Amino acid sequence: MLDYKPNIVLSNQEFKVVGSRPIRHDGYDKVTGRARYAADISLPGMLHGKVLRSPHAHARIKKIDCSRALELPGVMAVMTSDDLPDLSARAADQEEGSIANLGFRTRNVMAREKALYRGHAVAAVAATSAHIAEEALSLIDVEYEVLEPVLTSLDAMKDDAPILHEMLATRATAGGPGGLGDQAPEKGTNVAAHFEFRVGDIEKGFEEADLVVERDFHTKRVHQGYIEPHSATAMWGTDGYVTLWTSTQQLFGVREDLARLLGLSTSKVKVIPMEIGGGFGGKGTSYLPALASTLSRKTGRPVKLAMSRIEVFLGSGPTSSSDITVKIGVNKEGQITAAEAHLIYEAGAFPGSSVGGGARCMFSPYDIPNGYIEAFDVLTNTQKVAAYRAPGAPMGAFAVEQVLDELAEQLGMDPMDLRLVNAAKEGTRQVTGPVFGKIGCVETFEAAKQHPHYTAPLSGPNQGRGVAAGFWGNGSGPASALATVNADGTVNLIAGAPDIGGTRVVMAMHLAETLGISAEDVRPSIGDTESIGFSTGAGGSSVAQKIGTACHLAALDIKQQMVERAAKIWDVPVEEVEYDDGVIQSATDSELRLTFKDLASRLNATGGPISGRANLNPGGAGACFAINIADVVVDPETGKVDVIRFTAIQDVGKAIHPSYVEGQVQGGAVQGIGWALNEEYYYNDEGNMVNSSFLDYRMPISLDLPMIDTVLVEVANPGHPYGVRGVGEVSLVPPMAAIANAIHNAVGVRLNSLPMSPGRVMEALWANGSANGGG
Amino acid sequence: MPEVWMSPRMQRLVGKEQVWVDGATIRQVVNNLDKEYPGIKDELCEEDEINPGIAVVVDGETSNLGMLERVKENSEIHFIPAMSGG
Repeated sequence: MLDYKPNIVLSNQEFKVVGSRPIRHDGYDKVTGRARYAADISLPGMLHGKVLRSPHAHARIKKIDCSRALELPGVMAVMTSDDLPDLSARAADQEEGSIANLGFRTRNVMAREKALYRGHAVAAVAATSAHIAEEALSLIDVEYEVLEPVLTSLDAMKDDAPILHEMLATRATAGGPGGLGDQAPEKGTNVAAHFEFRVGDIEKGFEEADLVVERDFHTKRVHQGYIEPHSATAMWGTDGYVTLWTSTQQLFGVREDLARLLGLSTSKVKVIPMEIGGGFGGKGTSYLPALASTLSRKTGRPVKLAMSRIEVFLGSGPTSSSDITVKIGVNKEGQITAAEAHLIYEAGAFPGSSVGGGARCMFSPYDIPNGYIEAFDVLTNTQKVAAYRAPGAPMGAFAVEQVLDELAEQLGMDPMDLRLVNAAKEGTRQVTGPVFGKIGCVETFEAAKQHPHYTAPLSGPNQGRGVAAGFWGNGSGPASALATVNADGTVNLIAGAPDIGGTRVVMAMHLAETLGISAEDVRPSIGDTESIGFSTGAGGSSVAQKIGTACHLAALDIKQQMVERAAKIWDVPVEEVEYDDGVIQSATDSELRLTFKDLASRLNATGGPISGRANLNPGGAGACFAINIADVVVDPETGKVDVIRFTAIQDVGKAIHPSYVEGQVQGGAVQGIGWALNEEYYYNDEGNMVNSSFLDYRMPISLDLPMIDTVLVEVANPGHPYGVRGVGEVSLVPPMAAIANAIHNAVGVRLNSLPMSPGRVMEALWANGSANGGG
Repeated sequence: MPEVWMSPRMQRLVGKEQVWVDGATIRQVVNNLDKEYPGIKDELCEEDEINPGIAVVVDGETSNLGMLERVKENSEIHFIPAMSGG
């Protein structure tokens, strides 16, 4: 059994800087209020913009008359979709290699032929004050032909469902641009994609099973809940160049997206990333830059747009709702013989739900010889979804992990033992086809079973304990780093992925470890799109892996140049000079020795400055696993569920800065508790979200939560110089299922829908006849 | 020869779960696959690049290089729907 501590790091490889806990480089500015967020920007002559949003969930836009708004003193410009290039949404017209359908993108940024959800932007105003801009919105006359909306995936798949895009073509894959077909089909569809995975012989697998459980599950849309609303300030210069200050997870992605939406070449757009007050995937998509830029073009002045909280709910992208059926068969020993799933994920108004992530992750923690997954991406008259931590995977885990729990119960088997019997390991073939390389699933499950929490006695009535596991594949991508040695022996380090979860300190620690200097001697910063080479952004739990590798390689570049410089100074062959732990020395003459700082001070006089750089596109992201142990107490009179103890165990490869990693794991758990118990987009029959404030959209606060204990399991990823696996997303995959299993353990009812709010718990208790006082 | 695993959709085109195709890169594999099973390149590619909605997985690792990815004589190749992170 593990020695209990609130936070444990199970390390098997130690380094000097990597694995330590230096003070974060961005901490001082944040705690003193000096850090500048996107809405803090103020420029000479700056105008304020506001967006008019559709009051209808589905309506044809017949006419927009802006004349009354333009007459209001202080109004400088009004824009509609007519002010943006009319980009085609036909699949055949998309650029080769494009990951987004530009026709859909521009229509989501501002409605063109139709408003497709309540809150869809239809016009925008720039004025000398925010109040005038707000008033001007009421003077824009929009003539709508109101259409019947379709608000759920299951309704949208019916034969007589209203069709959002008459020419939509169903794709056979989850990602990519997709788009409209070349001609209107005889009968339209709202199914944007339909695809499958199959491994082994599913029918034979179920025949071999001694026990089969099949259940349906449903989850609602939830928002990422970032505290900082979207904001963008743009200046379209007279030279034709656009400068954008914004809060984004993808500064280069925003540059390319904005350039295409505006019809500009990429180099005409410069994006300056500001500090981010949360993103969790939701700021990988932008909504305001094209509007702010267009208003700036029309006025010749900088224009700032910032969403209110209500606009964030109505006008940005939450995650998909889902309808999932899972069927799993096991033999008497608990080994899975077959598993099958059917997933329907809601994309909102345009294609692109998170069903790909759901399908690819849901069975991955387990060795399943016979499997089948069918997935649908479905359009509805709701906000186009955006990424949210491990997009799609939490819903899949909510379904699979409850079915496994039920199987364990029916077999009379410990639920951790059932998971360990089936745990994926190196060489396991996934239901999606590929075989795992080095992974830490078994080690993570074993750490959970050995944790004192797992066997601690529950202390009162209506308490229960649940476990659930989760998987996320992690990502990588192009990355750049530039490091410059200063004369005082410090290093300035620039990279191109925004800092949403510790990028700067992680950059500094990689460089420091490789150079043998301290993390405090590195000054890391995030560049803008003109000061650093292309980098994909902060998404896919990829930053520590790809940017960290870039910083490591930039450090190696500096090391090599330092060795060459020392050899030149000492007039000895380069081969005779060694670099070890921040000291450059001759291998043959112990008198010839310089510290990194010594040599740094002599660079200009001995040949000039030294910079290290790295530009790469590393593979080897390294998949990761997590498992949670959750204790709850259920009030049988009100249905309220309180989480009273929670332990999150996760394979992190190597925790570069364990405090940051623990924070990531705890944050994911907290978001999962909110998703499990409270959060949902609540729509009325007209498609209006009726809980669009933090008063009614109930995210957990500290008073709702226990301390989240963490166990960081380190099974090194061979694809990274220090063994890193991405840690940012998988922590949100297991919590909902763990809490559902705990509720079942506490009061004997199984909840197959999220959120497990007091009303749903009471309904289940009444149906089970176990509520106090009956119903 | 590298082994290409067919998705259920591709299985309907080629009638097999796996095929073995010559090639030292994904581009060569795809082109040779298309010679044997005409039309399959259209399923996997836009013009001469892998469809961005498809992930190429070689020996368990998702490739960042698409058609340029090198493969070994005994490599296992999958073309599966891509997923993106948050």
